[in-house]
Amino acid sequence: MQNELRQDTAAGRSSMSPDRLIYMANQIGKFFQSQGHDKAVPGIAEHIHKFWDPRMRSAIFAHLDAGGAGLEPDVRDAIASLKKAANA
Amino acid sequence: MSLIQEIDFGTPRSKSENFVTLTIDGQSVTVPEGTSIMRAAMEAGTQIPKLCATDMVDAYGSCRLCLVEIEGRAGTPASCTTPVMSGLVVHTQSDRLKRLRKGVMELYISDHPLDCLTCAANGDCELQDMAGAVGLRDVRYGYAGENHVFAKSNGAANAAWMPKDESNPYFTYDPSKCIVCSRCVRACEEVQGTFALTISGRGFDSRVSPGMSESFLGSECVSCGACVQACPTATLTEKSVIEIGQPEHSVVTTCAYCGVGCTFKAEMRGEEVVRMVPYKDGKANRGHSCVKGRFAWGYTTHKERILNPMIRERIADPWREVSWDEAFAFAAAKFKAIQAKYGRDAVGGITSSRCTNEETYLVQKLIRAGFGNNNVDTCARVCHSPTGYGLSTAFGTSAGTQDFDSVEQSDVIMIIGANPTDAHPVFGSRMKKRLRAGARLIVIDPRRTDIVRSAHVEAQHHLPLLPGTNVAVLTALAHVIVTEGLVNEAFVRERCDWSEFEDWAAFVALPKNSPEATAIATGVDPRELREAARLFATGGNGAIYYGLGVTEHSQGSTTVMAIANLAMATGNIGRPGVGVNPLRGQNNVQGSCDMGSFPHELPGYRHISGDAVREQFESMWNVKLNKEPGLRIPNMFDAAIEGTFMGLYVQGEDILQSDPNTKHVVAALSAMECVIVHDLFLNETANYAHVFLPGSSFLEKDGTFTNAERRIQRVRKVMSPRNGLADWEVTIRLAKAMGFEMHYDHPSQIMDEIAALTPTFTGVSYARLDELGSVQWPCNEKAPEGTPVMHIGGFVRGKGKFVITEYIPTDERTGPRYPLLLTTGRILSQYNVGAQTRRTDNVVWHEEDRLEIHPHDAEQRGVRDGDWVRLASRAGETTLRALISERVAPGVVYTTFHHPDTQANVITTDFSDWATNCPEYKVTAVQISPSNGPSEWQKAYEEQARLSRRIAPVVEAAE
Repeated sequence: MQNELRQDTAAGRSSMSPDRLIYMANQIGKFFQSQGHDKAVPGIAEHIHKFWDPRMRSAIFAHLDAGGAGLEPDVRDAIASLKKAANA
Repeated sequence: MSLIQEIDFGTPRSKSENFVTLTIDGQSVTVPEGTSIMRAAMEAGTQIPKLCATDMVDAYGSCRLCLVEIEGRAGTPASCTTPVMSGLVVHTQSDRLKRLRKGVMELYISDHPLDCLTCAANGDCELQDMAGAVGLRDVRYGYAGENHVFAKSNGAANAAWMPKDESNPYFTYDPSKCIVCSRCVRACEEVQGTFALTISGRGFDSRVSPGMSESFLGSECVSCGACVQACPTATLTEKSVIEIGQPEHSVVTTCAYCGVGCTFKAEMRGEEVVRMVPYKDGKANRGHSCVKGRFAWGYTTHKERILNPMIRERIADPWREVSWDEAFAFAAAKFKAIQAKYGRDAVGGITSSRCTNEETYLVQKLIRAGFGNNNVDTCARVCHSPTGYGLSTAFGTSAGTQDFDSVEQSDVIMIIGANPTDAHPVFGSRMKKRLRAGARLIVIDPRRTDIVRSAHVEAQHHLPLLPGTNVAVLTALAHVIVTEGLVNEAFVRERCDWSEFEDWAAFVALPKNSPEATAIATGVDPRELREAARLFATGGNGAIYYGLGVTEHSQGSTTVMAIANLAMATGNIGRPGVGVNPLRGQNNVQGSCDMGSFPHELPGYRHISGDAVREQFESMWNVKLNKEPGLRIPNMFDAAIEGTFMGLYVQGEDILQSDPNTKHVVAALSAMECVIVHDLFLNETANYAHVFLPGSSFLEKDGTFTNAERRIQRVRKVMSPRNGLADWEVTIRLAKAMGFEMHYDHPSQIMDEIAALTPTFTGVSYARLDELGSVQWPCNEKAPEGTPVMHIGGFVRGKGKFVITEYIPTDERTGPRYPLLLTTGRILSQYNVGAQTRRTDNVVWHEEDRLEIHPHDAEQRGVRDGDWVRLASRAGETTLRALISERVAPGVVYTTFHHPDTQANVITTDFSDWATNCPEYKVTAVQISPSNGPSEWQKAYEEQARLSRRIAPVVEAAE
């Protein structure tokens, strides 16, 4: 019974997966897009820094290290800057 | 303790600022112009006999009991309908007046049963009081004549007699006791605004009639109770009073349903509630109530309430009842083991927007200080988190700008994605009252909600947009205001950042944002939209009220900012009658946000990474705090499935039923090693829990709730907790078992700690609340009596911030497989997941969730009214019965989410607000098809729930 209920969820939705985080990051990026690259990059970075828990940030940094496929350019820059600040 | 008797002044208070002085019974009295003589006398302490007058409704002048004599005037005018004038000399008692009043009473009593001793109103009957007041000693007419009192007269059936109407589950209508004073009819019109009651017939045939001589239940009556409260006799009486008798003491407390926060008198006999009566001094409700707060409190003593702690190793096991100590030890051991195995951040909790500020504060304290992480969130995540984000960005505070009284000074009311007459009914009534008095109305909603057109209220403009296009519509409104030169430039230059305004104005003025260009996406008639924009910008005080139809979208936060932009551009901020007003869902959702329930911020909306603020808390709590933001509810679910978040403490919240994409929530909860549910009932979430801690109801504890207008109000204990412990005590004991000690003897001490740590609360204490009744934060040195209207003279953040709000369509798209858009909402009689209201007689109004579908869409699919339909989205499917309705546009379907057997959230998806992860409940692409009954998933769910709710019988130890 238990398995039956959760079956189709577990498939295809591995959740803290990069896919979901990429989607969330790009969604944030879209909001800031209209403010132009110069404002958007720090805006996205600040938002992720303020609202994502450390495991989410580590996961997206790891994804960036692995090539960052799927990240929009501003978002990629923002994550890169965050990562740099975190390591500094 | 005694019964609180509120003074009935007979007629409403005059708001005039001019005062006049007159003489009543030799006493000089000064009152505002427009006051009735009756009220002036009462203010001076003289009660003029009256029956048809009561201060909740306008004077009517029908009973002729309140007659007075005025020197220099002929006759005996009614004091309720005669206004004061300077220099009048009034006498309330004379031989002539005595004779007249006695004659009037004699006539009334000649057609009224004399069963006072066995009457439910015995001890609370104004007719009885007045008979006493005028010295009525006998009734010369006898009782044999024509009457409404007896079923038979002279052996024959009495055509004038009507049987009791007991159709309403909460009150009875006994026409034989009616004196036709019309107080009920006027309360229904003036206070509630439903116009369900009327007087049918004339003269001796006059009768109070629900609708066209229907039963109360069959009429338009919404069971708000205003008529019952207004009735001076036993004609309309609460069934609980009929059953129990008159109360002997009362306690003022705050309703635990919606974010309006109505004040009630809990009228008691010992520890039994006799009835809940709205309190006239309640500043949110001003003496009014709705069917939930007034009547639907029976859940607090419902047989399904769980009163003993329970534990189990696996969710497939039956529950085992244990002592509190064993439950706390079990829970603490599990959580400690999880932290040892998976790390400190592998546990967290959810605070309740149903519980008090003090309880919420303690839960977040337990998590931050006891668990050592910031994995705390609250159900505001799934309702108004975008409000917090959007308004703090634009204005600098995460809350609405006005008090509810403000609506009385609004000229144009714009309602966006809210349905106040169903979801915030008492405020909805106050709004309708203002609309009947001439304010104009703009409604932006996919559905034709009741307020769009109801008795004596009609929206000037209804913009029925397609779900998901709020930002496009609001930006188009701004486009019209900017391009037609309707901006309040003086306001913007003075109060807002001018260069940001210029960027924003240039953006909204782009042709792509015009009503004509956006109509393709929004479905809104551009001419209607232009008219609405002009009305809002030029119609006087413009106030915006919005609800979850704004926030629960992928662009929820953007929409809130678009609303703020609109208010600033038109100068509608910073005085009574205007403002941006989120209608918050739950009784204490504002409070739970204020109390630091979000993973990134401490009480008072201060980010956890701020060293200075964090150090204050560290020194008060004597512990080192984690400076990293924690997981939000959806992130917790994701982390659980990933295997890094394994323990959750949920206080007073049913996440399984209320959160989107039920299957995903099931997967997350199933993945956790220990789920602690702290609630009144075995809710849906408890089906996946290992520890159940029984909760206490709002009647069983002290504390405070903060409503949608930032008003902090006392919740007062009227009975002992049936489960033994108030919720705040449970959290303290759980913390102790975890090794974190918190010492409080009373919730007032918790509030003192909150006040010491939170700049907007420094002036708040129980003593202050007792003194003022309630207070709106900020309440501190600068505003010792609180702040009804915010941002007067300037914004909290400094300059108001205009933010560019680009419309980005949601990724939840309709297509050939899922061509319809589903949106969800509430209904008046039920509340949220229904855990409370489903356990009351409110089910007579709504026993199941129905799917509203336009006749055109229904016909295409061969669906008739009442048919079972299968509702499927990309996330899941369920079945429910159809309700053919033109309230929804073609292409849009609607349902409520009050019943777990429907599980509307099986359908909703994982899409969420970009800024806050607030789920996109309001837009789901679906398909409808005929069905024979419950889906396989529903059957499996019900079976799992049944098994999971088993409680093992207690085995007595052998002798």
